[in-house]
Amino acid sequence: MDMNQYLDMFIEESKEHLQAINDNLLLLESDPTNVQIVHEIFRSAHTLKGMSATMGFEDMANLTHEAENVLDLIRNGKLAINSDIMDVLFQSVDLIESMVIHISEGGDGSADVSKLVQKLRAIVSGDFSAAQQESAAAQAEAEKTSKPEEEKPAPSKQNYELDEYALTVLRQSKEQGNNLFWIKVTLSEQCVLKAARAYMVFDHLEQMGEVIKTKPSVQDIENERFEQTFELVFVTMQPLDKVKATILNISEIAEAVVETIELKPTASEAQANKKTSALQAEKKANAAPQQTGKKPGVGGKTIRVDIERLDILMNLFSELVIDRGRLEQLAREIGRSELQETVEHMSRISGDLQNIILTMRMVPVEQVFNRFPRMVRDLAKDLNKKVNLEIYGAETELDRTVIDEIGDPLVHLLRNSLDHGIESVEERRKAGKPEVGTVQLRAFHSGNHVFIEVKDDGAGINKEKVLKKALEKGIVSQSFAETMSDKQIYELLFASGFSTAEVVSDISGRGVGLDVVKTKIESLGGSVGVDSVPGKGTTFLIQLPLTLSIISAMLVQVKNEKYAVPLSSIIETAVFKKDQIMMAHQQKVIDFRGRVVPLVSLEEIFQVPSDRQEESDEVAVVIVRKGEKMAGLIVDSFIGQQEIVLKSLGKYLVNVFAISGATILGDGQVALIIDCNALIK
Amino acid sequence: MTEQKEMAGEVKVIVFQLKDEEYGVEVSQVKSIEKLEHITRVPRTPKFVKGVINLRGVVTPIIDLRTRFGLEEGEYTESTRIIIVAVGELEVGLIVDAANDVIDIPVNAVEPPPEVVGGVEAAYLRGVAKLENRLLVMLNLDKVLSTEELKQLDALEV
Repeated sequence: MDMNQYLDMFIEESKEHLQAINDNLLLLESDPTNVQIVHEIFRSAHTLKGMSATMGFEDMANLTHEAENVLDLIRNGKLAINSDIMDVLFQSVDLIESMVIHISEGGDGSADVSKLVQKLRAIVSGDFSAAQQESAAAQAEAEKTSKPEEEKPAPSKQNYELDEYALTVLRQSKEQGNNLFWIKVTLSEQCVLKAARAYMVFDHLEQMGEVIKTKPSVQDIENERFEQTFELVFVTMQPLDKVKATILNISEIAEAVVETIELKPTASEAQANKKTSALQAEKKANAAPQQTGKKPGVGGKTIRVDIERLDILMNLFSELVIDRGRLEQLAREIGRSELQETVEHMSRISGDLQNIILTMRMVPVEQVFNRFPRMVRDLAKDLNKKVNLEIYGAETELDRTVIDEIGDPLVHLLRNSLDHGIESVEERRKAGKPEVGTVQLRAFHSGNHVFIEVKDDGAGINKEKVLKKALEKGIVSQSFAETMSDKQIYELLFASGFSTAEVVSDISGRGVGLDVVKTKIESLGGSVGVDSVPGKGTTFLIQLPLTLSIISAMLVQVKNEKYAVPLSSIIETAVFKKDQIMMAHQQKVIDFRGRVVPLVSLEEIFQVPSDRQEESDEVAVVIVRKGEKMAGLIVDSFIGQQEIVLKSLGKYLVNVFAISGATILGDGQVALIIDCNALIK
Repeated sequence: MTEQKEMAGEVKVIVFQLKDEEYGVEVSQVKSIEKLEHITRVPRTPKFVKGVINLRGVVTPIIDLRTRFGLEEGEYTESTRIIIVAVGELEVGLIVDAANDVIDIPVNAVEPPPEVVGGVEAAYLRGVAKLENRLLVMLNLDKVLSTEELKQLDALEV
């Protein structure tokens, strides 16, 4: 069977299940007695095992199988959870994760699982040293029943779990001279496609008679929700030997036990026992939902779409937006009302289309956030600190391109908070704080931006240390250092070549400082700031644009050049009289609604060549902001507002001052997009 | 593809003119040749960066080869062309005086460049191809498009 077509789905689903296991393991760690969580984990692990076995990834199936055995004991209350078991489970999940990554990169997902398998087996058999004292009593029990399914007692004493209907059928069959058999089939260990084998067994049997009942249910067998064995009740005219031989003829069948069923009237008592009735089995009705547990009822409302297709759609649409701009311009020039109406209508529709396409690409930050609890747990353990990660606003949505890029900077900030922010347990105790430090990760919308905040309740930034370091590294001069505000000093953390870690640890100080974070965020069109209160903690605030593809912008003219200013950073546009401009500290400023706002001449900053000297007694100013700060950009005139498609300047022109990208205007020319953040000091 | 040609002993090159010399770039590195169109200036970049153009929807940086090589600037004329070259991930347009020819040159005709050819530093050159009646200067595009200098300039401004 060609599995390649299922590979993508397998990888996707494996990731989902792994994430679910990870999340639930963390929950379990904080609430070890909650059996419900164990059930959840067990289910995910079970599905993973089935999937990986079907796809032929044996190492993965093997490992999940062993992990599942451990989980099975836990869920049946035969094994008490302790931190060592948790660690082994986490390690297993990590290994499986790396296998999935290996597979997604085109590998065969093979890995050395023997060590973990051994550990897991040790836990199951109770030899696991650390587990010994803790649950000695539980183990003895666990050992006895470690394989409850496989080692059933002699089947003649078996309760066949037949209900009234099945019994009636059986009795009638018996009266008609049929043989009634109870059959237990054991598949060989190497069997990969268990469901397929099971199907073959059924197929062969049904040529000779009728399968009345199966255990587990037919549905579960088809979905490979069974171990190595399954049982069935079979009615046939054929003798026992023949039935047995037929089954054993099928390859990969390790064992087939066939016994004649003696019908006893008392068997009807068994009726109430199980939900899986013969009726269900015969009709192949839906398996009991309690057993499947997976995504009940939500199917059919969503479809999976290849991300590449979304990207193509987006690119095609960008082209359309450029043409739309061109059409609008042409329609204005030609001035025919029918044409203008049509173009307007088209603009409206494409506006709606744009919204839909953009929202289609929006994904909750959860995708990025949900790997952090695990990371923080491991880190805190490594650092010997106690840290509680609180996540808020995980449902906040961001463009996929931003999501893809934001992970690493956040990891960096979180590591930084854990490593440098949160103090050790002793220090915290001394400072009269709770032993467990708190790191808050919060995402929220505001206007056209998404903010992500990383906040710790640690010691705060040590100003003196930062300054000293900055002076040593020559990042600031002595004279400037004396005039710096607290905020400015904190911002030094982002200066390139700056790293406060005295000892280079592998947590956050890998020789790269927070400047990497800053560069990354700014390349995404965002900004990052930091604030700190000594003794209380530090807050990093990342501001990100909602989307990176199409933005609203104000086009402005500076001499013969056109520039685009993102609407998101504009407060308003205004025209001032020349004599309203004042000088302060050799800097042109204006009074804008009671605030002194510095003026920046785009002509000077961008060294725009000009042959003519126009004298006008008015200046057009675009008031822009960066956080709290404002600035006025002096331009020649405002052209108007327009939707523009963001394009990069390419790999050749990197780090161009105050330019964040380019766009193509309606007339086919390129206009540069101004990065206001760079213009506001 | 280049390898095959080289095995055959010949490379296809695009010949272009810069001042009085003829230069060559391998066809495999050339994406297209464009007529001069509106170039949007990018402020605060080195002088040889003329700006960016809209090349069928892709914003492409343009550099003036004369300025890049430190030759005197020339007027742009009807014959001025932009040669779009691709080296690795970089895609850049080069302004040249004229692009006139595509020829096959034998690989063994390329000799290492002398120190300076027509005022262009040897570092930018891969060699000189001596043909029957003409001399063709082969460009070392990796060096010409090196972004090192851009970065250095950047550092100076800060």
